[in-house]
Amino acid sequence: MVIQTQGLSFSFGNQQVVKSLSLQVPAGSIYGFLGPNGAGKTTTIKMLLNLLQSGEGSIHIFGQELQANRISILSQIGSLIEQPAIYHHLTGKENLMNRALLLQVSETRVDEMLKLVQLTNAANKKAGQYSLGMKQRLGIALALLNDPKLLILDEPTNGLDPNGIIEIRELLMRLVGTGKTVFISSHLLAEIEKMATHVGIINNGELLFQGTITDLQNISQPLINIETDNTVDAANLLKRRNFTVTDIDNDHLYVPFTSKQQVGEINTLLVQNNITVFSISKQHKDLEKLFLDITKSN
Amino acid sequence: MKGFLLSFRSEFYKTRKTIGFWGSILLPLLISILAFAMFFIKSEELKSTPPMILWIKFSMISLAMMGTLLLPIYTIFIAYSVNNVEHKADTWKTIFSLPISRWSVYGAKFAYAVFLVFLCLALFALFTIGFGNLLGTLKPELKFNAYHMEVQLMEVYFKLFLSSLGILSIQFLLSLLWADFLKPMGLGFVATIAGVTVASKNWEYSYLFPYAHPMEAITTMIKRDNKVAGTVSELQINMFTKDVYVSFAIAIVVFIAGYFIVRKKSVK
Repeated sequence: MVIQTQGLSFSFGNQQVVKSLSLQVPAGSIYGFLGPNGAGKTTTIKMLLNLLQSGEGSIHIFGQELQANRISILSQIGSLIEQPAIYHHLTGKENLMNRALLLQVSETRVDEMLKLVQLTNAANKKAGQYSLGMKQRLGIALALLNDPKLLILDEPTNGLDPNGIIEIRELLMRLVGTGKTVFISSHLLAEIEKMATHVGIINNGELLFQGTITDLQNISQPLINIETDNTVDAANLLKRRNFTVTDIDNDHLYVPFTSKQQVGEINTLLVQNNITVFSISKQHKDLEKLFLDITKSN
Repeated sequence: MKGFLLSFRSEFYKTRKTIGFWGSILLPLLISILAFAMFFIKSEELKSTPPMILWIKFSMISLAMMGTLLLPIYTIFIAYSVNNVEHKADTWKTIFSLPISRWSVYGAKFAYAVFLVFLCLALFALFTIGFGNLLGTLKPELKFNAYHMEVQLMEVYFKLFLSSLGILSIQFLLSLLWADFLKPMGLGFVATIAGVTVASKNWEYSYLFPYAHPMEAITTMIKRDNKVAGTVSELQINMFTKDVYVSFAIAIVVFIAGYFIVRKKSVK
């Protein structure tokens, strides 16, 4: 295990924000740390980086106890916490050069990182003038500068446009291919599902679920969202043909997704029975529904 | 030690384009140019002044400004400026998650603030000597070349440097703990006014109050020797007065206390 915590707890005053967390992050995984805003994700991440004091429980990273081996552990971690921490009066390259100086990394590596996050052309522009997406990319370059074995990223796709999100996802998948471990937090299930190999779900400071992405998919089954001119007739027809209708409202009905073929069959069936289909699509459950399902299955 | 040196270099790299760093160079330069201009224009009136008095008058323009309000306020500003770089960029969380000990990060930042104050005061001494000699060359009627007080000037500015360390350590800690501008600066200004007031009233315990130290340093700088009273031909600087010891002691105590606070502090 790259990260292993036991009974990790933290309180701000009387409010307990992290409750007895036991994380298990295997080597070479992309571990998606999923939870709504305010669930305790950032607090947990700050504890993993030894930024918060006086918490309870134990943290082992690379098999070593964190407090006692702080510097040797931190030298193998790259991190991005909340919004990227960037000196606005320095250029993008100077921000990287300053970090390179502290980590004793060469200028060649700085240029490589600029290229990797596609900021070479904006390298000499003041970081204060960067767009949110560019700042986020610079933050990722800073995190990757010392070629860390473990990358801890807190909501790294915040503020990125769809292209940016795809780029980051591909970059992380490439990194894991080279033997690194990525711990990434997000409040978007769909985002995590696309890249994670392992998932931990946290709500109100408690770990609700932890396992592989396959384990999660068994719980979080996607649905087919169908919009027709007559929802009630469509639902009755599907039920008669042994389809499970999990939910129905004025305009839509929902059937558990099993395969693409099944979507086609449903479409054909409805059309052949003179029901007009306005739309039919695969839809992921939102976090709220997923939490309900997890709580039920527990 | 390596972490400390790397952090110190990084402090320079980060601040070399900020007003905090350039202020340390421009403040002595501008005030010295002002003093130079005043003497250059008024050279006719001053040409009968004896060389030693001429040097004293010339150097007192900067010294009087620094000794009263300017040095405490400049010190407060430097303490704010080196910490504000991190507050503004929200970078405490990154510098404390680097593989560098908290002690090195904190120690280097404090040392850098001390360095900036030292740089500013060293430049004051250098510019006063330089511009004084320049005046002697450009206006030979001003007899700057007939007397030398380089050593005394360096001693006075070194004394001012030591007397500012108490304020620096307190303000450094306040600016590190409080992200906003008003709290440390406001407290510092109020304390400075109080310091100048008690020092100018010659209150007997003013040597215990750090914000009174720069002014104390100026008022106690001349060594008063009864034997040669009346026949002052040599200026001797009284460097280690009790206010300087108190300033130094406060700096050490607050610096160490600050380290323990930083070590136990959570980075939000």
